[in-house]
Amino acid sequence: MAEVAENIQNIIKPENLVYQKSPVLTDKVMHYCPGCSHGVVHKIIAEVIDEMGIQEDTIGVSPVGCSVFAYNYIDIDWHEAAHGRAPAVATGVKRVFPNKFVFSYQGDGDLAAIGTAETMHAVNRGENIVMVFINNAIYGMTGGQMAPTTMVGQVTATTPHGRNVDLNGYPLKITELIAQLPGAAYVTRQSVQTPAAVRKTQKAIRKAFEVQANKKGTAFVEVVATCNSGWKISPVESNEWMEEHMFPFYPLGDLKDGEKEDPEALKMNV
Amino acid sequence: MGELRLMKGNEVIAEAAIRCGCDGYFGYPITPQSEVMETLMNRRPWDETGMVVLQAESEVASINMVYGAAGSGKKVMTSSSSPGISLMAEGISYLAGAELPCLIVNVQRGGPGLGTIQPSQADYFQATKGGGHGDYRLIVLAPASVQEMNDFVDLSFELAFKYRNPVMILSDGAIGQMMEKVELADYKPRWTDEEVKEISGSWAAIGKSPDREQNIITSLELESDKMERNNIRFQAKYQKIQENEVRFEAIDCDDADYVIVAFGSAARVCQKTVQLARAKGHKVGLLRPITLFPFPTEEIKKMAGRVNGFLSVEMNAGQMVEDVRLAVNGKVPVEYYGRMGGIIPSPDEVEKALEQKLIGG
Repeated sequence: MAEVAENIQNIIKPENLVYQKSPVLTDKVMHYCPGCSHGVVHKIIAEVIDEMGIQEDTIGVSPVGCSVFAYNYIDIDWHEAAHGRAPAVATGVKRVFPNKFVFSYQGDGDLAAIGTAETMHAVNRGENIVMVFINNAIYGMTGGQMAPTTMVGQVTATTPHGRNVDLNGYPLKITELIAQLPGAAYVTRQSVQTPAAVRKTQKAIRKAFEVQANKKGTAFVEVVATCNSGWKISPVESNEWMEEHMFPFYPLGDLKDGEKEDPEALKMNV
Repeated sequence: MGELRLMKGNEVIAEAAIRCGCDGYFGYPITPQSEVMETLMNRRPWDETGMVVLQAESEVASINMVYGAAGSGKKVMTSSSSPGISLMAEGISYLAGAELPCLIVNVQRGGPGLGTIQPSQADYFQATKGGGHGDYRLIVLAPASVQEMNDFVDLSFELAFKYRNPVMILSDGAIGQMMEKVELADYKPRWTDEEVKEISGSWAAIGKSPDREQNIITSLELESDKMERNNIRFQAKYQKIQENEVRFEAIDCDDADYVIVAFGSAARVCQKTVQLARAKGHKVGLLRPITLFPFPTEEIKKMAGRVNGFLSVEMNAGQMVEDVRLAVNGKVPVEYYGRMGGIIPSPDEVEKALEQKLIGG
């Protein structure tokens, strides 16, 4: 055993490192459950900020919910928002600091239930911000209740017999709605359950920040995610459940890739 | 002497904001204060000073835009009227909890609920005692003229940044809509981003430079002992505000046997009441609180030792009267007279109430 430890010590040397923690991530231990997607997405955002060299010019807006403490993990200035209000807070920051990078980070309850109005209107104004949306089809922090994105038939604390459309309505495809808005420049849906998926999401978030840099309109990145604690299954089973049940309803890929609509084309004749 | 103009109270709020170097206004139309945003949009300050003006989708969104922009260390404001301010209560509590400077103008109308669009002072409790959740205070300024609508905008930003606390101008539909001569202030330049960094760089979320720790704007603290310490710090700040920022006007109080206490529009009415009462031989004075928080408790306490009674005149069901009674502490009678639902009392009905409730009683 001693020999093995010694060998490992000989291998782990700065000159042998091919991958390391982004300097934009803090050293704080994340509070997320094992298997949760938040940590991966945080890492991706930190790496994008690092790659683009924009740590000094980026302001994050964190939500209410499991990722309320996002500010403890990504080493930039942050603004914590009330439940659902992150797009309005991000609007306020971006309007008075138009040359800074501003992004909001929200879960499904925050973005698609209590904050639907703020979400739709920020995108509809074409605010030059990045919105990151983590959709795990459940309320994680409050203990696994139904979210607007909960699947039909899915069991949660408040749908113990499964989501019933007659009682609870339909799962909300908010990203499809957002893609219809003229202020949206780039709208995409990704996931992070495999290394390949992580790489795609990283590319999408990088692109979203570039859209913001070019003032093209709102960049919206949905990440279909797992909540093994809320779903009450193991992380591995969660990934399988997500692929089997969520991906058919929330298909991955770009929904819109361009820039906000030309206002001249929409102008009324006067 | 600054530029003289004949203007509406609401228009002056907009003009004063541009001239005092305000960076941003975020609001939502509601009667009787919509002229604030209309005037700003008409003036196009983004071309002139770079000030941002944005019509939000709701009061909820507009106060949260203020929250974001205030966290950036900039001079930002909103305005609304009673039902709109109720919608903003959540955001105001967050602003107070995160200790952010900003200006909120409430041009009050009659309530509760959708109520009326006529002037009222029924949001006194909401403005001075909290309104949103948690133990917090706003600094509350009560203008009684169009000139004070002008003067209090700059003063509000000064106080907001001095104490890192939201400030409310508690006006009403009468002052918002009335036109009076006003002397406008000279233009102050907006703070440059460098100046913002200098003034607020120790706490504002303006982009983290390598030489400092993160600035995080938040009101969240899950550890109760730390949250209690935050609250102790807030209360100490409110105490300091109480000690240093009391403002009031005393009219004919030196020889008064009876003192009317009234603010804003009601105080304008009561100025005439004082004249009517004095013409009848009653020695009556008027104490007009200009700051409603901090309240002029000490001044009223001092007066209670030498006058025979107080009449609190309000355009509500009797809210400020509670603060007058606390200050007087039972020494002499404290009565209330008021009208509700958007009605402004007349000087002679106040004079009658004064005679019936205090002088003749």
